[in-house]
Amino acid sequence: MKALKKEEYTPTKNACKLCSPLGASFVFKGVANSVPLLHGSQGCSTYIRRYLISHFNEPIDIASSNFTEETAIFGGDANLKLAIQNITKQYKPELIGIASTCLSETIGDDVELMLRDYKKNDTGKKQPEIVSVSTPSYSGTHIDGFHAAVKSLVDSIAVKGNKKAKHINIFPGMLSPADFRYLKEIFNDFKTDYVMLPDYSDTFDGPLWTEYQKIPEGGTAMKDIASMGDARASIEFGRILAEEESAGKLLKERFEISCFSLGLPIGVNETDLFFDALETITGKSMPEKHIKERNRLIDSYADGHKYVFEARAAVYGEEDLVVGLASFLSEVGIIPVLCASGGKSGHLEKKLGEVIPDLEKKEITILDGADFMEIGEAAKISAPDFLIGNSKGYKLAREIKKPLIRVGFPIHDRLGGARIIHAGYRGAQQLFDTISNTIIALRQDDSPVGYTYM
Amino acid sequence: MRSIQILKERKRQIYHKGEEAFKIECGKKSLAGSVSQRACVFCGSRVVLYPIADALHLIHGPIGCASYTWDIRGALSSGPQLHRMSFSTDLQENDIIFGGEKKLYQALVKLIDLYHPNAAFVYATCIIGIIGDDIDSVCRRVSEEKGIPVLPVHSEGFKGTKKDGYKAACEALAQLVGTGSIENRGKYSLNIMGEFNIAGEAWTIKKYYEKMGLEVAAIFTGDGRVDKIKKSHGAKLNVVQCSGSMMRLAQIMEEKYGIPYIRVSYFGIEDMSKALYDVADFFKDNLQIMKQTRELVREEIKAISPEIKKYKKILSGKRAAIYVGGAFKAFSMIKALRTLGMEVVLAGSQTGNEEDYKLLRDMCEDGTVIVDDANPLELSKYCLEKKVDLFVGGVKERPMAYKLGIGFCDHNHERKISLAGYSGMINFAKEVYSSVSSPVWQFAPGRRGGYIKDESP
Repeated sequence: MKALKKEEYTPTKNACKLCSPLGASFVFKGVANSVPLLHGSQGCSTYIRRYLISHFNEPIDIASSNFTEETAIFGGDANLKLAIQNITKQYKPELIGIASTCLSETIGDDVELMLRDYKKNDTGKKQPEIVSVSTPSYSGTHIDGFHAAVKSLVDSIAVKGNKKAKHINIFPGMLSPADFRYLKEIFNDFKTDYVMLPDYSDTFDGPLWTEYQKIPEGGTAMKDIASMGDARASIEFGRILAEEESAGKLLKERFEISCFSLGLPIGVNETDLFFDALETITGKSMPEKHIKERNRLIDSYADGHKYVFEARAAVYGEEDLVVGLASFLSEVGIIPVLCASGGKSGHLEKKLGEVIPDLEKKEITILDGADFMEIGEAAKISAPDFLIGNSKGYKLAREIKKPLIRVGFPIHDRLGGARIIHAGYRGAQQLFDTISNTIIALRQDDSPVGYTYM
Repeated sequence: MRSIQILKERKRQIYHKGEEAFKIECGKKSLAGSVSQRACVFCGSRVVLYPIADALHLIHGPIGCASYTWDIRGALSSGPQLHRMSFSTDLQENDIIFGGEKKLYQALVKLIDLYHPNAAFVYATCIIGIIGDDIDSVCRRVSEEKGIPVLPVHSEGFKGTKKDGYKAACEALAQLVGTGSIENRGKYSLNIMGEFNIAGEAWTIKKYYEKMGLEVAAIFTGDGRVDKIKKSHGAKLNVVQCSGSMMRLAQIMEEKYGIPYIRVSYFGIEDMSKALYDVADFFKDNLQIMKQTRELVREEIKAISPEIKKYKKILSGKRAAIYVGGAFKAFSMIKALRTLGMEVVLAGSQTGNEEDYKLLRDMCEDGTVIVDDANPLELSKYCLEKKVDLFVGGVKERPMAYKLGIGFCDHNHERKISLAGYSGMINFAKEVYSSVSSPVWQFAPGRRGGYIKDESP
């Protein structure tokens, strides 16, 4: 194992990360009747909208407080309030989720203070809830904005009610809409109540309309977020997140709700831990349907094991996604020879050690805070058979003439990014089939004969 | 769509032809809280300079602006591909406190040593002025040390609209123009401006001019090269496409070098032909040029006419909506859609000025809605009210159209299909045809047997 460390400053060349307001926008779009508002320049909201639209192919409205030169000099107070008023008027939301930007943070706008002041001048009319999160893009990456927004929502909205609630909180992290639908199916199959935050399974992957939906249907209901303070337990995905502040930990401290910090459930091993947690919390055993799904998955592992054995993979993306994928790849015999992320929590190496057996002894390169040029340099040495990550790795894949298996976000050069399942036995099945078939196809195409039985 | 209300402050930016006296407000900053389809100053600068393929484009600021503009345009280069990389100083919290000049210097030096560009553009993002970075002096220093032009682009996002970004880009370009030798530049030479070589469009246009007997000195900025830009002041005429993006540079070059400019559009048969004739007319001392132009236009139109007729038959009577960045493009599009027998019932732009909108009004039929800086709610409202079959716009409008079961043609800088020139008109017709005529809309709830609204009592 080799963890590459950068000694001196280098500019970022083809970043493997996005800015934190993008992550917060994901979360606010995953709350019912909510409009995200970015406090900054018009460009932030427009660029992020465009970036999300190219992945999800859905209309994505994100408002902006539209800074001008005067705003930058005198502060964003008036703009923020005007923006809130206009959104309230035009969208009639239940929630306005405000994320700051590098501009508003740099000029020192105190959004919390502005909001307290705004709420004081109550007009008597019904006002939306307003939750704000600090997401300066000079600090952390989009995944930090994502988790910070989840935590802010829970911090502001979740309360301890009187009734004895039975539900489980689930903080799934930045998975796909299809993952979210599947997770909900699992909870339903356990016949247990749950509150999942966020839930953009419908808002980012909805049907055609007969007329424009100001706010697409779906998302976690505000009253459900409020009830998160009454849950019997929380489950939170992300081994990296487990080391940092989080919504789950906040609920534990504030309301003594036990928190199961698990890895992203990718592959059998990590998914087993998730089902174990569900069994522990509910006292019920895994539903037959999921046992069968797991059995079929393992049956397919047996069928395909020789094709993938000791195949070399370059994995990149958010740190928690990389850890999850590395766990899955390792359990089927693929070596994640390069594990890279644009994120830099400081925990990547340790967390990979938890999921890759004998990490120390293996020839695996670990890169954090990396951009695609550095990933490319490392890939040329690691010589992977394929790449697995978002579509921004395509340039590299093309350069080194290796296939790219698209997962995560963004996927800008294929359809159906919202429909990829990463999590659970079902996700592992999709991944395993895709990877095996990619390797088989390579052999078939490279063969001078081209057998039709493999 | 009674449920969608137009914000009071926005009402003056919408005009219904035939229903009211003409008055439209434009050139305004977007309203806070309204989901504008516009971008920012930085975006304006970035899209204009982006296609210069042998220059380094370094974005100074935190990572977002660089991430979202990596490989963003379909602007092709016949040689270097440096423009398709994304470079950022990637400022961190400490830099916000202590300033980012040192990182900017180091980044420039490292990148120039690594890629040997012929010039570098440094884009200032929102916070650069606020944290007190003097990018001009860093650029000067690096320029002296490395011996290439290093040009600051003052594109702080909040300092105006996208148009101000165009201006900042033109001012950076103006520093390059005039720094190269113009020996051997012929009498019949021109610069192509406001043409970004999306899907090779600039190459198509260049070929036309060459067939007319003209020499193309430089293209701003499609398939752009620093050296050609440096020598571009030797050209005798600037031919400017696209309403906003390059006008400032054309004006500067007129003042400084006495090069006149004309405005053209290469979109649609009518405007494409007019562009070539206008240019030929400028060089009218050479009769051969006009003669060759006539031949060229005749041949090109003859070649595409049968196919256009075929599409027109199918598309006649269909209704279209247009929402584009610059209004100038909308004019050509209206004509091009008419060539296909279609009617434009909604037209708008992100950055049009009053003159543009007057022209739009004159071109449109009664009942057409004209909008400035619209948002998705407004666009969708009028699409349904006007029973639109096709929407022509950019990526941000696409899902809105599809959700409502409306066909879509991508006409912004991210597209990968050439729509300019005569061959482009065929591509445009195909694009429109393949979206409007697709059988998938039979399943769209909003379109089944026409609009649901029509069926309700």
